[in-house]
Amino acid sequence: MGMTITEKILAAHSGRDAVRPGELIDARLDVIMCHDVTTPPAISMLAAKGLDRVFDAEKIVVTPDHFQPAKDIASAELHKRLDRWCKKHRIKHYYPLGRSGVCHALLPEQGHIRPGELIIGGDSHTCTYGAFGAFSTGVGSTDLAAGIAIGRLWFKVPESMKFVLKGKLPHGVYSKDVILEIIRRIGTDGARYRAMEFVGDTLADMSMEARMTITNMAIEAGGKNGIMPVDDITRDYLDARLKNKSGYTEYESDADAEYIQVDEVDCLALAPMVAMPHLPSNGRPIDQVAGLAMDQAYIGSCTNGRIEDLRIAAKILHGRKVTIRTIIVPATPAIWKQAADEKLFDVFYDAGCVISAPTCGACLGGFMGILAEDEKCVSTTNRNFVGRMGHPASEVYLASPATAAASSVEGKLADPRKYL
Amino acid sequence: MTKAHVYPRDHINTDEIIPARYLNTDDQAELASHCLEDLDANFVRKVAPGDLIVAGEDFGCGSSREHAVWAIRGAKVAAVIADSFARIFYRNAINCGFLVVELAKAAEKISDGDELELDAAGGTLRNRTRGETHAFTPLPDFALKIIEAGGLLNTLGNQ
Repeated sequence: MGMTITEKILAAHSGRDAVRPGELIDARLDVIMCHDVTTPPAISMLAAKGLDRVFDAEKIVVTPDHFQPAKDIASAELHKRLDRWCKKHRIKHYYPLGRSGVCHALLPEQGHIRPGELIIGGDSHTCTYGAFGAFSTGVGSTDLAAGIAIGRLWFKVPESMKFVLKGKLPHGVYSKDVILEIIRRIGTDGARYRAMEFVGDTLADMSMEARMTITNMAIEAGGKNGIMPVDDITRDYLDARLKNKSGYTEYESDADAEYIQVDEVDCLALAPMVAMPHLPSNGRPIDQVAGLAMDQAYIGSCTNGRIEDLRIAAKILHGRKVTIRTIIVPATPAIWKQAADEKLFDVFYDAGCVISAPTCGACLGGFMGILAEDEKCVSTTNRNFVGRMGHPASEVYLASPATAAASSVEGKLADPRKYL
Repeated sequence: MTKAHVYPRDHINTDEIIPARYLNTDDQAELASHCLEDLDANFVRKVAPGDLIVAGEDFGCGSSREHAVWAIRGAKVAAVIADSFARIFYRNAINCGFLVVELAKAAEKISDGDELELDAAGGTLRNRTRGETHAFTPLPDFALKIIEAGGLLNTLGNQ
């Protein structure tokens, strides 16, 4: 019986020749991602249990990002606890303010993500790293604490679903639209407890940035992990960035691997999508919802705050003015610098946008763009739950950077294709 | 007296259980004071120690924030009963030693304010108000052991 990529990675990390869905395994961890919301409690739990130790100071990557720069005294205290712990344990890959960025943009960019590895992070969007052919999943603070202390964790081997992406994406349609369409089809729990494997010829035209937008949102369908095979685009990205250049393992799913479900997505037929409040599965093609008035546009986050996303937004905003509050949040310092070098900030300034420091910020309702009662925001982020970006009676509309930029110009949900 | 607080809805998510505006602390009492705030602003005034929350499918979807479990536990809720749970919330609950029970069509079997009696290991839920008893599949042994130990970290001692 064949195995999927996910099963092969889990088998290799639990010292087995094979694993089957449903089996409980104890697996070795390669990388642990830590940030400022879920890691300070994990540190405190370990200290309280007399387990104040780290299994390997080189395999833990720390980037305070959610409330960075500190938004208030309480979050400053979280940062202080994290900073002291990093210094005490000599965490090698610690990215303090000035180098810190939105975790799921930062770790791949800084070369911490390698194919075939097993990664956990104290954040639900840790599934992003599966774009590199790694098994990567989000955990809470207790799992994180256990991983930090002993470098191992229990897992239940997930069943796999396969999504075959076919055809070239039409003009003005992006990977964000693909994943919003998939979530619309299967629902926010359509992949609950499962691995979501993405394959198909559409991927060959997608950069790693675009691919990460897809795996990032696997959790919005309830997925345990999202995963993609490795190809030359992956290898080229890694060659330029990897911290550890020693060989990594590229796993491929066997031809006779078992999938609980196989879905095809005809990408050629897709239109720009908007996920309406209050679920990521409420996707609609733009022509059904265009014209709905917005109060704010937000372009950033671990889903769509990378350089490619900012370039797409700048292309639409070039020579135009925004008519609603528009917030641009480059996800990492390197993206910020790149955008400055490419003069994208001039475009954003001229259009009337504000440019933020790298932060998760308003995506999760932290700060830097919180919504008032009854306000509506078109956002390139990943969740539009009740109260996600502010007041419980505010609304979030999820879309691609192109759709968000076009909407910021018109002040209402707008089709980006007429601007491209 | 164990009372049910029924929210007959699917996808009750971590943003509703504990909004991110309160994630700048991990103090359980502080989190508990905002438990379910964006779903039912009166919840913390209604709930009594030992009460149960009852909901539909996919309870706890969204963020990995364990703060969601801490807020509910901090509000002295004894367990959450739902048709199903989102993966990370379910795992976090077990890891914290907090009881979660999967019961199909839970919100049809239980009305708001019903008096309940839960036998977690035995896998039965008695609705005293309606005089009905419902069976559910108890958590697997390894999960019950983690809960009995008071959480995952209490099982790591010798590793």
